Amino acid sequence: MRKQSPIIGIIFWVIVSFLTLFPIYWLFVISVKPAVQLFSTPDVILSDPYWGNYAKVWGDRLLRSYMLNSVIISTGNAVLCTILGFFACYALSRFNMAGKESMFFWTITNRMAPPAVFLLPLFLLMTQVYAVGDWRLLDTRIGMILVYCTFNLPFAIWTLRPTVEGIPKELDEAAYVDGASPWKVITEVVFPLCRPGLAVTLILTWVFAWNEYLLAATLTNFNARTLTTGLSEYVTTTGTEWGIMATISVFTLIPALIVFGLVQKHIVAGLTFGAVKG
Amino acid sequence: MRSNALGWILLAPTLVILFFFGVLPFIYVVFVSFHSWNPFAANPEMVFNGADNFRRIVFDAEFLNSVGVTVMFVFFAVVSELIVGYLLAQAFMKDFPGKAIFRTIHTLPLIMAPIIVGSVWKLMTTPSIGIIPHYLDEWFGITMNIGTSATAAFTTIVIMDVWHWTPLVTLTLIAALVSLPPDPFEQAQIDGANKRQIFWHITLPMIAPAVVATVFIRLMDALRTVDEVWMLTGGGPGSATRFVGVHIFKEVFPKTNYGYGSTISVIVLYLTIVACWLLYVTMLAPRNTKKG
Repeated sequence: MRKQSPIIGIIFWVIVSFLTLFPIYWLFVISVKPAVQLFSTPDVILSDPYWGNYAKVWGDRLLRSYMLNSVIISTGNAVLCTILGFFACYALSRFNMAGKESMFFWTITNRMAPPAVFLLPLFLLMTQVYAVGDWRLLDTRIGMILVYCTFNLPFAIWTLRPTVEGIPKELDEAAYVDGASPWKVITEVVFPLCRPGLAVTLILTWVFAWNEYLLAATLTNFNARTLTTGLSEYVTTTGTEWGIMATISVFTLIPALIVFGLVQKHIVAGLTFGAVKG
Repeated sequence: MRSNALGWILLAPTLVILFFFGVLPFIYVVFVSFHSWNPFAANPEMVFNGADNFRRIVFDAEFLNSVGVTVMFVFFAVVSELIVGYLLAQAFMKDFPGKAIFRTIHTLPLIMAPIIVGSVWKLMTTPSIGIIPHYLDEWFGITMNIGTSATAAFTTIVIMDVWHWTPLVTLTLIAALVSLPPDPFEQAQIDGANKRQIFWHITLPMIAPAVVATVFIRLMDALRTVDEVWMLTGGGPGSATRFVGVHIFKEVFPKTNYGYGSTISVIVLYLTIVACWLLYVTMLAPRNTKKG
């Protein structure tokens, strides 16, 4: 490899980081400005921050309950999708089922649906067909966890498949010879070996569920409303409260940031999306 | 091989969930696509109109325009993301001080909600309050108005998409690059190949599956993008940024043509599936089955 001065590299990365960070920094700047200052000349350097928006958002009990809903729904959905996705990938990689390649492709077609039109059938199905007796799905956390599977479960299957395929089948066979049950082989031999792929899948599905807006805005009302839909409540007929919107956005970013930071190391090792490595 | 029954048991939960939340709504949408219907009216009545909706699509200039705009958007956005993503992935392959921090910073846009990305870019680019038009005017005397200029609106959306999704491309390409065996590269260097030859004849063919997989997922998501664009430009000015997803959204909500909106969705979904299927069988599936 050619040696070059580290200064150029550093300058390059500072520029890239500046371009990446600026919109996020700007979001923060907007969140610490009182409404009247938004329309004056934009200042790049932050002076005299105003924390009123933060006090207002944090003091809002409704928004706090939305945040709790977001945490429960995205975590529940990510865990469900990762586990079911893993099972599906195990089935696809270890068995010779008829039409499994078509089935693998079919799963992803669920992710391709244009959302605007599919909202209404989901709404109708969840209010009428899937409600049996007192039991209902609309505006419940369980309902949202299941609905998000439509786009996250295919994603999980597609990201995990190469990882599961990459575990040598001889390992399974050896465990079977030792008298292990299929359940033991799946959960205690193959599952732990797939850890990097599972971590990436868990995080990305979590982020997708955490960020989802359109479905949450339509299919929740109060009980299962999420933080991103809380945003739209500040776009009113009298104008948009940009400061509050920016503050809520900062609140949605923080948990995602923490979760993402925790698994940075594993991400590269497990990200393949359907492509066999090497 | 164990019995296939176990395979079906493992797949069953996935198939059941996707059936109830994917297939059934789809069947409903297909059913509605043969009707004219406004579910938001006081007296919503579904009127069967045969293939009228499908006939209408062929002559719908706005729909055809939205397909053109979408194709252009996907092309510019995905190509830029691949180039920038590849250059960054290559740069991340070297060791340098602070690499972990820079990589974390670079992946940050990925964790932002599309609706928030749309809001921030709107705040940065709206004339009179946005920082970008302000400094473009002050430093270069350029007037930028995404509310009136089609080029400005379209370019802003492409740049926003590149900003938001390049990190995903970088990550998949790093994953592909780190798994490459070193031997062919050493061999090529011994044989005196230059950098460009190494890229075209060795690196590119070897990371091709990852590139295709990336194009695949970006294509799929770009075709159904609504949140960001709706937030930033609402499809305007005129129909400059009216992507297919936005077009459907407009048919369904402001115009309340639910039946016709369903027809467009069915067609768009069908076209997306065909395009992705072709990409899949020609580029990805052969490698999967070869190994499996």
